[in-house]
Amino acid sequence: MASKRSKIAFAGTQEQEQSLRRLMDRLKEQPGALMPVLQGAQEIYGYLPLEVMEIISVGMDVPLEEIYGVATFYSQFSLNPKGQYRISVCLGTACYVKGAGDVYERLREKLGIAGGECTPDGKFSLDACRCIGACGLAPVMTVNDEVYGRLVADDVEGILAKYGA
Amino acid sequence: MVRSHVLVCSGTGCTSSGSQRILAAFDRELKETGLSDEIKVIKTGCFGLCALGPVVVVYPEGAFYSQVKSEDVPEIVEEHLLKGRIVKRLLYEETVKEDAVQSLDETGFYKKQLRVALKNCGVIDPENINEYIAYDGYMALAKVLTEMTPDDVIRTVTDSGLRGRGGGGFPTGRKWSFAAAQPKGQKYVCCNADEGDPGAFMDRSVLEGDPHVVIEAMAIAGYAIGANQGYVYVRAEYPIAVKRLQIAIDQARENGLLGKDILGTGFDFDLDIRLGAGAFVCGEETALLTSIEGHRGEPRPRPPFPAVSGLFGKPTVLNNVETYANIPQIILQGADWFCRIGTEKSKGTKVFALGGKINNTGLVEVPMGTTLRDIVFEIGGGIPNGKQFKAAQTGGPSGGCIPSEHLDIPVDYDNLISIGSMMGSGGLIVMDEDTCMVDIAKFFLEFTVDESCGKCTPCRIGTKRLHELLEKITDGKATMEDLDKLETLCYHIKENALCGLGQTAPNPVLSTLKYFRDEYVAHIVDKTCPAGVCKALLNIVILPEKCRGCTVCAKACPTGAISGTVKEPHVIDQSKCVKCGVCMEKCRFGAIVKH
Repeated sequence: MASKRSKIAFAGTQEQEQSLRRLMDRLKEQPGALMPVLQGAQEIYGYLPLEVMEIISVGMDVPLEEIYGVATFYSQFSLNPKGQYRISVCLGTACYVKGAGDVYERLREKLGIAGGECTPDGKFSLDACRCIGACGLAPVMTVNDEVYGRLVADDVEGILAKYGA
Repeated sequence: MVRSHVLVCSGTGCTSSGSQRILAAFDRELKETGLSDEIKVIKTGCFGLCALGPVVVVYPEGAFYSQVKSEDVPEIVEEHLLKGRIVKRLLYEETVKEDAVQSLDETGFYKKQLRVALKNCGVIDPENINEYIAYDGYMALAKVLTEMTPDDVIRTVTDSGLRGRGGGGFPTGRKWSFAAAQPKGQKYVCCNADEGDPGAFMDRSVLEGDPHVVIEAMAIAGYAIGANQGYVYVRAEYPIAVKRLQIAIDQARENGLLGKDILGTGFDFDLDIRLGAGAFVCGEETALLTSIEGHRGEPRPRPPFPAVSGLFGKPTVLNNVETYANIPQIILQGADWFCRIGTEKSKGTKVFALGGKINNTGLVEVPMGTTLRDIVFEIGGGIPNGKQFKAAQTGGPSGGCIPSEHLDIPVDYDNLISIGSMMGSGGLIVMDEDTCMVDIAKFFLEFTVDESCGKCTPCRIGTKRLHELLEKITDGKATMEDLDKLETLCYHIKENALCGLGQTAPNPVLSTLKYFRDEYVAHIVDKTCPAGVCKALLNIVILPEKCRGCTVCAKACPTGAISGTVKEPHVIDQSKCVKCGVCMEKCRFGAIVKH
């Protein structure tokens, strides 16, 4: 779980802030609205930097530390921006017994980053995920919404090359 | 007039292998050939045989085409749909019989299955409420609202013997009766679709293939306990399921099957979706409810149970997707019908997600009490590449491994617990001789360490220590004393953790210790990994008879561990070798091997 404050400067726009405020106005009265608001905010900004959590704290009248607590509890929320190409390797059991660990290892090696990180040029980010449910294609990885299945570690270079690595 | 139906699987598995491109291709081809009015193309839910995806089935012939590519579509249209000649080369080979097409029900994969929860999956268009209604959809709700009292409903569910399919196996009827017994007022019906067990995907398949069945069942539960609001908590990682469920909810509202005064009976019930955000512990009931309330999804001690004080402190019934999927048929066909399926204490069927080292990866539904051997070898088609079956893992990170000596045990809740595993949500991962059981235990512990919410110490710190001990073993640095420590710690965590996640976290270790202790000992005493998985215990060696002395490996080695003179066999200094495997990749003569 990434809990560090992002090193990359916050670059939110007025439009983004307005759509976040509209979302909060719409959901505020609902019981248990914080999660849907955070999910919406992450969709708007792509991640949840401290600056966005501050807007939500004021707008929803919820203490910032509570928001931070929720945001860092769930693995779906990211306090760091993601790469242009978001790579996700399934490390669910079915994929793992079929060698997903080797694929993940090779990606870390080739990209020079650890899981949860983004390459310095902002191009690739790497995550491990638990089961996308395509167990028939195990082992699988996804690059943004494209699914690659029945992988071996040697396929990694070719796939990265497609995205200009 | 429609003369043929083309069913294209649009479950996550087949979508991942390109079924949306196939749909587009059919659309294009049918328009070009002018067949659009005669042939209807339908997006369905999962057929179950994910290993052969993308799957396309053409009716009335029932031709089951597997691993279809979009390039194959023109041929299917031209040959099959236009000329009436089935394209044999694309048929699932088990359905090909001399000159005729054999029914799917006759194939090894389907023959022993009995589909209750998955009845409509792969049969109807999940985005069209009329197809669900045509298959007796919402009949059970109508029956309940017009002919039965809430007590009748609860009695029927209780008598059916239905037990929670999420893993716990608690009798569903009893759960409902507790909530119904609470004083009138605000109550809730919730659905657990936060399917976190890696390798289980039956709940997702039901939501993708037959979302209305969940809506109908939740409305029935609402009537039974006196609730008028429901929430479905779905994993955000299941975008297709979320989308189809939302469509289904909207259609049910439009048709007066959700909302105010359902079917003119004065009963109000409505549903909302809440998205999970990737926390395994939220599959635990109290954690899930806390998460719907918008907090960190941490469990709390029980009692009070959710049936007394659940969501927002109100009486709440929480069931899993597959449990709900059984309800409408229990209402329509009666408790006696359901009771006749299954074993004495486990009634009905169970859906399993077959994965790992097995030929027919996919989703299967069998009567409770079917043997593991039937599931793995008859339905699952056995182990690929002629390898030996070693174990089946059920119950995910909370379950255990079942070795080959228990292959003939009838699978039900109680039998699995008696051999140290559990039903869990139904993930069934098959492992062969190449799987290291210590490594698998370590894999599951890594998962629980990651997913432990941190609220209670036995789980937060205990699982971490367990993981460290396992790491010590797979690194070849452990002693037999560590093995004792490992076992003692397992029991401590089991007895002292707050919720189900922590209490069951040691199960993967305990069950592998029980059945595969010799593998642990081999790692500790002999410093070898019998399956050849644990890297630290493998040595990379050069075979002198194959080495030509080309020196490529010596140049490539990052630690300078390889030495030798030109044209003479080289050797690896094991004390310097870091086992990176670069030399193996570089060697052109296959002279470097791991063992």
